[in-house]
Amino acid sequence: MSMIVRRSPLRTAGKYAAIGFYLIFALFPIYWLIKIALTPDALIYTEGTRMLPSALTFDNFAAVLQSDFLGYFTNSLIVSLGAAAGTTLIAAAAGYCFSRFRFAGKRAIIALLLVTQMFPLLMIIAPIYKIVAGLGLLNSLVSLIVVYTAFNIPFATFLMQSFFDGIPEDLEEAAMMDGCTRFQALRKVVFPLTLPGLGATLGFVFTAAWSELLFALMLISRNDSMTFPVGLLTFVSKFSVDWGQMMAAGTLALIPSCLFFIFIQRYLVQGLTSGAVKG
Amino acid sequence: MARLDLKDVSKSYGNVEVMRDINLSIGDGEFIVLVGPSGCGKSTLLRMIAGLEPITDGEFSIDGQRMNELRPRDRDIAMVFQSYALYPHMTVGRNMGFSKEIARAPKEERAREVAQAAQTLGLDRLIERYPRELSGGQRQRVAMGRAIIREPRAFLFDEPLSNLDASLRVEMRLEIARMHRKLNATMVYVTHDQVEALTLADRIVVLEAGRIQQVGSPLELYERPANKFVARFIGSPMMNVLPARPGAGGLRLPDGAVLDVAGDRSAGEAVEIGVRPEHIDVVAPEAGDMVVKAEMVEHLGSDTNIYVRTESERGIMVRAHGHLPVRPGAEMDLHFQRDKLHLFAADGTTIPRTGAP
Repeated sequence: MSMIVRRSPLRTAGKYAAIGFYLIFALFPIYWLIKIALTPDALIYTEGTRMLPSALTFDNFAAVLQSDFLGYFTNSLIVSLGAAAGTTLIAAAAGYCFSRFRFAGKRAIIALLLVTQMFPLLMIIAPIYKIVAGLGLLNSLVSLIVVYTAFNIPFATFLMQSFFDGIPEDLEEAAMMDGCTRFQALRKVVFPLTLPGLGATLGFVFTAAWSELLFALMLISRNDSMTFPVGLLTFVSKFSVDWGQMMAAGTLALIPSCLFFIFIQRYLVQGLTSGAVKG
Repeated sequence: MARLDLKDVSKSYGNVEVMRDINLSIGDGEFIVLVGPSGCGKSTLLRMIAGLEPITDGEFSIDGQRMNELRPRDRDIAMVFQSYALYPHMTVGRNMGFSKEIARAPKEERAREVAQAAQTLGLDRLIERYPRELSGGQRQRVAMGRAIIREPRAFLFDEPLSNLDASLRVEMRLEIARMHRKLNATMVYVTHDQVEALTLADRIVVLEAGRIQQVGSPLELYERPANKFVARFIGSPMMNVLPARPGAGGLRLPDGAVLDVAGDRSAGEAVEIGVRPEHIDVVAPEAGDMVVKAEMVEHLGSDTNIYVRTESERGIMVRAHGHLPVRPGAEMDLHFQRDKLHLFAADGTTIPRTGAP
């Protein structure tokens, strides 16, 4: 039996208006970023609030690409990919254990993981600095990878656990009855089904690490190990801010995130929802 | 094919003992059904045989070889799950051939066996499909196909039909019976549905509260239940159990009827009698053991179920063959077939009938 639902045109218009408003609200800062990046320096202040600049230029991009920016960019890529890969690997292993095994102290460990999420980062910056300095890892990208991995593991673990919870244990048991070892069952049956979850976790950690400023600022001071958010600050000098180049750099920095999300988006939408609701 | 032996098997979670004294020998090619109410431990027992659940104490062996410590993959047993547990990311063909894939069988051999099994199960057009594109009955067949291709020493079924609708269930039940006859394989089947148990089993194992209550052929359980639990669990509608007191002339029921069970020396210990609805006859006035009023009547065509209330407020179910024109509220005389009476002692065990009445 099919039913024809007649939608009132007013409601449809209202729905689109709401979506349109949301899109403008969310995307306007990005538009502004790109707009200023493309505006010649001379016009930035004189045409301050005009929606469209009267002239366009790619000088800012050219200038940015000739600066140290590519170095920052590479550093950020190394740190973000490293942290994302490390976190996802560890979180997947931990999440699997939480989801599948009963062991002593499980509740305590989960509670501890939650507690770590309750403190503001500012509180632990000093001790972290001390530890990293003591290890002689200041100004190294490794320190950032380790710190980001450590900070993202708890949330990523819960995320992965919920994905594993969504995969019926029957499947693994069936695989073991079919002749798999537990590890084979994990690799051949559970892993392919967790790809959306792995994608979501990777994306989450990647963006978090890509845009992190606080720790990068504290732990890195040498120009050649700066990550992109720290590098961006070099456009701010004591007496002036080079807005055009800063925005051009910002625009370029969006590219990897965008590419990454285009790549995993397919899994992400499926993943973020399938973990929450059993379907 | 194989013979399975469970010897003094028990299972505990921490300090809680959930199964004990499980002794069972399953012969080569035998079809054993484990039945019982939910929580009786039947699935746990099956999972212990599969190796998915460790055995706390006792021994489980296949063909005399101890299995307790072996992993599921080394026991060479196939299992069909209630949820079917098909791998969602693999096609039907790959699902069925997965055990061979793991065993590194040559590709052509795998394909040939899958094709053959698919043919028998009527799945040959679905080999390239994914499980999500199949109906419940088709998924069930794929799960069976996967088990068959494994060529195991024994098959386990964990409530395989409970997710199917009624008509499909009957069809798949026949399919399983056919599969058993064809493969002549040892099979252990868990269900809470007594119809499945009675129709499929060579022998039924009735479990309650983690203990075996009785093992026997369907007819044995029906005719000679070991205790009140088995008596009431097997048979539909359920057996009537009425309190009884030994008295002059036989056993006295609460509302005064006296059943002469003369010749039964042991009847004196009975505190309850059991009689199946189909063993109570509706007879001519004055000819019965008691007079009752029909409260509810169910006309099933082949049978008529009459629910009556006695003066003692204890209801009795009567099943008459064919169509019986009884209206609710009508009075009628009931006769209890003497040779079909069951006597229960205070602890619920059946008192053997020592002599024919």
